[in-house]
Amino acid sequence: MAEAEARLLERRAVVAKLLAERGDTLVVAGLGSAAWDVTAAGDHPLNFPMWGAMGGAVAFALGLALAQPQRRTLVLSGDGDLLMGLGSLATVAVQRPANLAIVALDNERYGETGMQETATAAGIDLAGIAAACGFPVAATVRDERQLAAAIPQIRSVPGPVFVAIKIRAETLPLVLPPKDGTLLKLRFRQALLGPQAG
Amino acid sequence: MAEPEDWPAEVFSVFRRNDIRQVAYVPDAGLTRLIALCRSEPAMRAVVLTTEEEGVAMVAGAWLGGERGALLMQSSGIGNCINMMSLVTQCRFPLLAVVTMRGQWGEFNPWQVPMGQNGAAALRLAGAHVYEVAEAERLGETVEAAARLAFEGSLAAAVLIAQRIIGTKTFGRGGHG
Repeated sequence: MAEAEARLLERRAVVAKLLAERGDTLVVAGLGSAAWDVTAAGDHPLNFPMWGAMGGAVAFALGLALAQPQRRTLVLSGDGDLLMGLGSLATVAVQRPANLAIVALDNERYGETGMQETATAAGIDLAGIAAACGFPVAATVRDERQLAAAIPQIRSVPGPVFVAIKIRAETLPLVLPPKDGTLLKLRFRQALLGPQAG
Repeated sequence: MAEPEDWPAEVFSVFRRNDIRQVAYVPDAGLTRLIALCRSEPAMRAVVLTTEEEGVAMVAGAWLGGERGALLMQSSGIGNCINMMSLVTQCRFPLLAVVTMRGQWGEFNPWQVPMGQNGAAALRLAGAHVYEVAEAERLGETVEAAARLAFEGSLAAAVLIAQRIIGTKTFGRGGHG
């Protein structure tokens, strides 16, 4: 428990800070708590919250980032989703999209299924893996000072950027985005590409 | 018009006509030439994957951002894609997949047979529309038709290229790599 208490940052406050002044940033949220956090910060047509497809958030965001090189694409996802798609960190690193930032909301738990420990609870270092893949920015954030330093990197330095943010394991009220995938897709495309986009 | 045996050039020209900008792939010997053509085309981004399901997600993300993508893989990769197909079917993302088949015709490796024999059914169960092609001269038109279904119909379409077209792998005993 001492270890859990050492993770001081609260996920919803962290995500609210990351998405403040988001401008025209494109946001992909991995399934589960990350999607609820992003929605709690304010539903937005340029959010794509996932309701499934575990392990797919990073690869999905890669396609988006490559298609929209002038915009920042930000992935917010949990440690469980990222661990299931670890290979996609290698795939991203090969392409080196400068406009892609990946934030791991790492509570070291599978939050939707009963708070079972993930591999990061045993010390697996997500930022270390990203660094080994060759991400030019790969860092772990554990407190407010480090978070303040990481936010400009997440928003604007040439990437790909990977930041693992250690957060408390806490169960929060659900704040759910729309569930219909076609609605999520169409509202995003029309906000990005114009009203004629189907 | 390309010669029938040059089906990779024909499929590539279909990709160009359909403005495919992102090509995600896990290689297969039978895809070597098509992958090389895509990699050498400045208007395309060819992305090597660590597993095929990444490509299902990646080309969906491409569409979200206004670009068209295609996924290239061999039949053994079909099984890796199954859950990620929920992203495609629930959001009605277009998916254009070109799959070279193993485990069908003169296969020497029994481990290729499960996906070779069941890949088409697995893709259908996962929500894709499947076109099985056994003649090289039909490939170009079939990929064109599949692209239209995918991008005009917002559906998942997979073209399965029969092993007989590709040739049988023999590990250096006279067949195609």
